[in-house]
Amino acid sequence: MIPACPIAALPRGEALRIETDPPIAVFHTEDGELYAVDDTCTHQDASLADGWLEGCEVECPLHASRFDLRTGRVDAPPAKLPVRTHQVVVRDETVYVVPSDLPPNLPPGVRTGSA
Amino acid sequence: MKSVAIVGASLAGLSAARALRAQGFGGRLTIVGAEPHRPYDRPPLSKEFLAGQMTTADLALEGDGEDLDAEWRLGVAATGLEQGRSLRIALADGSAVEADGVVIATGAVARTLGGNLAGVHTLRTIEDAAALRADLDAARRLVVIGAGFIGAEVACVARTLGLDVTIVEAAPAPFARALGPEMGTALAGLHEAHGVRLICGAAVRTLTGEGRVDGVLLEDGRRLDADVVLVGIGARPAVDWLDGSGVTVGDGVVCDTGGATSVPGVVAVGDCAAWFDPALGAHLRVEHWTGAARRPATAARTLLSGGAAVPDTLAPPYLWSDQYGMRVQFAGHTLPGDEVSVEEGDLASRRFLAVYRREGRTVAVLGVDQPRSFTRWRRRVNEPAGAR
Ligand SMILES: Cc1cc2nc3c(=O)[nH]c(=O)nc-3n(C[C@H](O)[C@H](O)[C@H](O)COP(=O)(O)OP(=O)(O)OC[C@H]3O[C@@H](n4cnc5c(N)ncnc54)[C@H](O)[C@@H]3O)c2cc1C
Ligand code: FES
Repeated sequence: MIPACPIAALPRGEALRIETDPPIAVFHTEDGELYAVDDTCTHQDASLADGWLEGCEVECPLHASRFDLRTGRVDAPPAKLPVRTHQVVVRDETVYVVPSDLPPNLPPGVRTGSA
Repeated sequence: MKSVAIVGASLAGLSAARALRAQGFGGRLTIVGAEPHRPYDRPPLSKEFLAGQMTTADLALEGDGEDLDAEWRLGVAATGLEQGRSLRIALADGSAVEADGVVIATGAVARTLGGNLAGVHTLRTIEDAAALRADLDAARRLVVIGAGFIGAEVACVARTLGLDVTIVEAAPAPFARALGPEMGTALAGLHEAHGVRLICGAAVRTLTGEGRVDGVLLEDGRRLDADVVLVGIGARPAVDWLDGSGVTVGDGVVCDTGGATSVPGVVAVGDCAAWFDPALGAHLRVEHWTGAARRPATAARTLLSGGAAVPDTLAPPYLWSDQYGMRVQFAGHTLPGDEVSVEEGDLASRRFLAVYRREGRTVAVLGVDQPRSFTRWRRRVNEPAGAR
């Protein structure tokens, strides 16, 4: 479990990137839900934490594919692959991420430090 | 509607096919394409593909196992469109396709300077990119004619390959048509900082060489040596095949805000189409990826409803360009006389966000390496003055 931030540091409608390898984006939706996905878009090297959060979806800041934060599914190209999702836990006013053990769908040319 | 034919098998044509199926069209679908290839992505042709970081397979636009239940007629161009009881598309091999509805998605072709010297390139297709790359590998000096986005991106790749690069532009600043002179000048510095020589306000008189290009002669008498020349002076809509069809053509196929053309049952999308833009009060041909990918959903609704569907609000044109690892993003449309102000960052650091205003209204935004604030500003384009 990775500590992300105190819950007070992530207001509704905001996102935060944690510098894991690969980085993870944590979102706090307007409805008060918390979600975490890999920060890197599956199309190219863009940070989803920089994207536009609307409902439970984030729109990639570069080419506007939208990812469903609950499932990681992508709505329309250019991104074709879903983004990996992670579990979020809040304990003692702190947001934690439980990283997935599944392989990430990183775009061509982006690698993790270990791979 | 029992059958639809899509002419042009690239981004706009594929997006139209997807939209028709997603909107429940279950009839016969035929996709005609002049190129022999399955739909592929063009933006990487001047970026990662030219740089050798992406392969042909990476360019595929279709998903693995994607099946649109369409008949693909690839490697054959449409030569005419006739209206009768149904619409009839004549093909270059002498055959024809009949359909109740037609989507025109024939895109654009690169403008050329004429002549047939070896070493002179344009860049529109995968073959163009492969040929350009092969020539760059054997060359020392590249001259790019035209400081538009494609030319600038090729200049970037050529610099990383170690070539000596000069860009010649007739206008006083690069990217002036798309970004206006002020911001065009701001981006010029980026190229100069990476060792590209930029000559603006200079017209090309002729290309020199015997059989193979060896230089570019400017109107002012200057001569630039070149082993390779890229002509990046824009593209013209591929609409010649519509001559005599009754489809009204201006700068591209003239369409309303839903993509309908002057002929019932015929819509047009992508780089070949000039939709009416209510925010601008004029028809505007948009030659960017996102419009070619997204507008076909509106056009498909227009087609399937027989024109009865109310078109979606038109999203402002949006483009991106990658130069020396910088993300250039632009949304909206600028006209001479718009006021431009830098709202975030600063020009000197070449990381900034600039906003274009006309009569107090935000009409366009430019972001250079500012994806986060760009995403937010982009939504304010064309909002009524004083809305925020
Ligand atoms: C090198 C390059 C880099 C680019 N980079 C960017 C970028 O960074 N950002 C951005 O926003 N946009 C970019 N673009 C623009 C983007 O690629 C286009 O907007 C997009 O390809 C338009 O799609 P389209 O389907 O309308 O047209 P096209 O992609 O031009 O496809 C039209 C297809 O129709 C076929 N056709 C033509 N005539 C006929 C006929 N008579 N019968 C049958 N078929 C026919 C053509 O052969 C072609 O396959 C770039 C374009 C190029 C060339
Ligand atoms: S980088 Fe996300 S859609 Fe292209």
